[in-house]
Parts: sequence; structure tokens; C-alpha cells
Amino acid sequence: MIKLFKVKEKQRELAENASGGAPVKKQTAGELRLHKVNFKPPLDFLLDMTRDISELNLPKSCTMQFPNGKDDLMNFEVSIRPDEGYYLGGTFLFSFQVSPIYPHEAPKVKCKTKVYHPNIDLEGNVCLNILREDWKPVLNINTVIYGLYHLFTEPNYEDPLNHDAAAVLRENPKMFESNVRRAMAGGYVGQTFFPRCM
Amino acid sequence: MADASVQSSRSRDLDKLLLRPGNLVGPRFEPGPEMRDDLQTYARVLVVGAGGLGCELLKDLALSGFRNLEVIDMDRIEVTNLNRQFLFRLEDVGKPKAEVASKRVMERISGVNIVPHFCRIEDKDISFYNDFNIIALGLDSIEARSYINSVACSFLEYDSDNNPREETIKPMVDGGTEGFKGHARVIMPGITPCFECTIWLFPPQVKFPLCTLAETPRTAAHCIEYAHLIKWNEVHGGVAFDPDNPQHMKWVYDEAVKRAELFGIPGVTYSLTQGVVKNIIPAIASTNAIISAACALETLKIATECSKTLSNYLTYNGAEGLHTKVTEFERDKDCLVCGPGVLIEVDPSVTLQKFIDLLEEHPKLRLSRVSVTHRGKNLYMQAPPVLEEMTRSNLSLTLFELMGKLSKDVVNVNGTTTKNDQKISCLRKLSVVFKGIDGVTDMDTAGGA
Repeated sequence: MIKLFKVKEKQRELAENASGGAPVKKQTAGELRLHKVNFKPPLDFLLDMTRDISELNLPKSCTMQFPNGKDDLMNFEVSIRPDEGYYLGGTFLFSFQVSPIYPHEAPKVKCKTKVYHPNIDLEGNVCLNILREDWKPVLNINTVIYGLYHLFTEPNYEDPLNHDAAAVLRENPKMFESNVRRAMAGGYVGQTFFPRCM
Repeated sequence: MADASVQSSRSRDLDKLLLRPGNLVGPRFEPGPEMRDDLQTYARVLVVGAGGLGCELLKDLALSGFRNLEVIDMDRIEVTNLNRQFLFRLEDVGKPKAEVASKRVMERISGVNIVPHFCRIEDKDISFYNDFNIIALGLDSIEARSYINSVACSFLEYDSDNNPREETIKPMVDGGTEGFKGHARVIMPGITPCFECTIWLFPPQVKFPLCTLAETPRTAAHCIEYAHLIKWNEVHGGVAFDPDNPQHMKWVYDEAVKRAELFGIPGVTYSLTQGVVKNIIPAIASTNAIISAACALETLKIATECSKTLSNYLTYNGAEGLHTKVTEFERDKDCLVCGPGVLIEVDPSVTLQKFIDLLEEHPKLRLSRVSVTHRGKNLYMQAPPVLEEMTRSNLSLTLFELMGKLSKDVVNVNGTTTKNDQKISCLRKLSVVFKGIDGVTDMDTAGGA
């Protein structure tokens, strides 16, 4: 391709000479085009996310917020309001952080609402298999949101992150239920205070 | 006299490739000293990354007759780099890799000019990348490759028969190593698969379930990840963990040791902690040297056509004996990054709403429920409702205006289409050309002048 490189270099020199020797950049179509869009890179690799978001089919009572506006789909929040189970009536906010190589890598999800839950710890870490070990590029944001929703309708004590909550759920579901109600209404469970989230 | 003899001895091996005819040469290859001189004068190569591969690449390219090189890297030299990043010395620790690497190669190889860029790849205008004839990648992340690939493919233009226009092809040579394994590949956007066509080649990272870390650790890595992912946040609250901060790393190591003692698990060391947390696989100097040599040779072959290039993906494994293989991967013809897209000609007065209606009627598309994106900007999102509301006002504006009054550019659309009576989701690249707008394209005479 050296001949082509030569032609391009000659054109560049020509452009420089034409402007009185001042070092100007060559103005090819591509460049002119780029000048006009403020040198914005195409960001094509983010498109999987655009598609995903525009095709979301959320469970009823789930809503989304995009704190950085319409052009940043890589950071957003989802609030989930379970409509059955122990957590009925509560609202739980999750933050999503999506990598540029999504869907090659799972989104990073944190629970922003302090919750008494066997699979979510007090720092907001969530134990959901598809967020870590079982993530596959065929999964998507919709699957994750349904997975999170499912954690509220079917909390399980077999994959505990909050050990105490898991033990109570396993040994005394009635007490677990009353602990959940107390936490959601805003109050203490053991030594831990949970702000109201209903 | 002395100079001339040094010169001739230095290009002796290169001359064997460039001064003599051969059976494997490209159709346009014309052997002779002019080829060698042109390579020195006109070929401009960007090396992305000045680490393990980058140091090797700069040296190899400089010794292969390239004289106009630039290198970009955002990192500073660390003491742990010194075993393999051979251009750096102990007194260089803390200095920018790109700057030291350039200086060292220029000191040792006369006539070579290397311009360093100490910054992130995203900091450069995309026109910066268009000034190079070939981009050689010595990177260690998928994200960075994906970014450069997307930039290089954005220069690509197709003719009316959907053949790539040669003068818009930005060749890339990509090297990568992990321990004793490595790859070298040639990416000719529009001709061979781009990085995005074959992103599935990269194995996903191993991630342990959080509950295993929290409840039932079984390995040293589990203990380290517990300290890193769970314990850190518990103790440090809002402070983000910084893997490059030795105090942070030491804290995680100490916590991992405690955790391992508690569960009777052996094997937590400081270097394993670094490895697990930063996802480091020990780098092997000889793997870098081998992969870089392959990349430099491919760069030379692309520039001079002194031989056919690798088609198109070489893997190397030196872990047990030696295994190496070349695989010819195929392009994804619908690739959003390097594919031609569907050509759509519209009037500049067309509103976004009208454009969306056109896509529904378009015989090749028949798209409904359409969302439109242009260079990372969402012009219209049909869902979720919160985004629909934020973008709805664009529907009455003209597409021409929304696309920055360019005579032509690519937009991406997604929506649903019907195939065999089934509704399927579909993400497409459209090459939009506005009728009657004087294209600056006509002024582009590169290759034709």
C-alpha cells in the first residue's frame, strides 16, 4: 500500500504549501465530516446497549431513571416495586453500571436501598448468579431486571450474603416476614437500622 | 563512507525482502531501493501501547525500516515492568512510558523519529488516528481494542457496489499476550473481520459468586476477592478501591490472609492478591517478543506488499512445547462497526418522524418501533417511556439538522421486523445520504489525484 501512502503524504504536503507553509491538517472528506461533529468517535460498540434499552419490557411497577440524560445509557437506575411476597409495598432502587464491552461483560449492579434480604448485603452487593458466574452475552438488561425482581418474590437462604437474614428465613419464616415489614417501615432489625422504603 | 556502510549493513536483511522479486509478493510490489526509501519516507505507523508489546513493537518497527513512528500510552513506568519492558531502567520509574520508550529507541537507532503521546486513547481527536497509514496495537484490554477498532472502521467508506474504497481502509495489526499464549492478527476493515466481528473470541473473565465469597470460600482467590469486593466496602464505605494504590492492595492482602486463616485455606500471597484483583496473568518477555515480531512483519507486509499478509489470525501457545496456528476468520456481514450498512437517500427537509416512517416502508428494512442513534447521541428512543419523552421533541426536527448538517453519515436504527411471520428485533447500520447537498466527498481525491 506504500504507493497509496505516498499519494496521501504528497496531498498533505500540497495542502501545507498551499497555506503558505503553515502546518495545516489535510482536509479529506472524512476529516471535514469529523470536524463538523466535534471529533466525536462513532461509539458503535455501545449500540448493543441502545438496542437493549429501547427493547426493554419491564415488569409492571418497575421504572427507570437516566441521571446523566438521554445519551448516557451506560449508567442508569431501576426502581423495583414487588407486587407480591414478603417485600410487597416496598420500593428498591438499583444502580446499573454497564461496561463498554457489554454484553461481553455483565452490568455492575448495586442496591441503593438498604434492605433486609438474605441475598443482598448491607453494602448493596447482590448475589444473583447471572450478574457474575453465570453471565452470558445472550442475556440482557431485561433478564437482569427480572432476576432482581425475582429475588424479592423468592428470596432464598441457600445463597446468603446477609447471613442473619438467611438464617431467620430458613428457621422462622414468620419472624422473617415481620423483620422485613419492620425494616421496610423504617426501623431496627437487631442492631441494624433500615430507613423506610415503602 | 563509514555512514554508508553502517546504513547498508542495517538494511541488509530488509533488502532481501524489498530489493528482490518473489513468488509470494503482492501484485503491485515493485522491488528496488525506491521501495525501501518510500517505506522510510511515507509510511506513518502509530503504536498503541508502550508496555510489554509496545516496547518490542517500537524496536522491531524501527529496525524494520520504518522511520515515522508515534506511540500513545497513558501509563507511567512501574518497577514491576522492568523485567520485560526492556527500554526502561530503574531511574525511569514514574516517568511516562511513551516518552521514555521513544527516547530510548531514537538513541539506539539513528534516523528514526518517534513522537510520544502521554495520554488516554480517548483524549485524541479521531482525526489524529486518520493521519497514520497503519495502526499497530499492543494493548491488554478488550475495551481499548474495541475503541481503536471503532475509530479505525469509522474512516471506512464503501462504493456504490458495497466494495470498500481502498484509500479509506485503515489497516490494523493487533497483538496480545497472556503468559505463554499470544495472538497476532491483521485487520483490514471492510476486507477481513474487524475486532467487533469476532469479539466472541475473548473468553469471559472468571467471576466467583458473591455468596461463595461471603459464605463458603474454598480457594485463596476466594479469600482475596472477599477482601476486595465485600470487606473493602464494608470498612471503607465511600472510598473507591484503587488497584494502583499499594496501601489499598496491602490492606486487601492483609484481610485476605485473615480470612484464609479463619477457613484454613493456604496460598494467599501478595503477588497472588495483585494477580487476582487486577486480573493479571504473569507476562512472559519471550511471548511478547514473538508476538511483536509477527506483528512488525505483518506491518511491513501491509506497507510494502513484499509478501501476502497473514490471513488473518495467528495463535501461539508456548506453554507445553510450542503450538501455533493460523485461522482465517470470516467477517460478520451485518457487523455494525465495519459493515457497509444500508444506503438510504433522503431529502434534507425530511423530519425525523418522516424518516422513521420511511424505514417502515423501505423494502429492505420494513422496520417498526424504530429508535435512531447518531454517533452516540440518541435521536429518538421509542422505549422506555422516560427516554421516549426525552427524545420526542426531536421527531419534528429535520434529520439533516439532527445529524449536524453533514452531507452523509451513518446512523444506527433498531426496531422490529417481520421474518417468516415472526417478529424479530433488528439493529441496523444505515448510510444516510442527503440529496442535493454538495458533498465534500467530491473534493476527496485521495488515491485518485
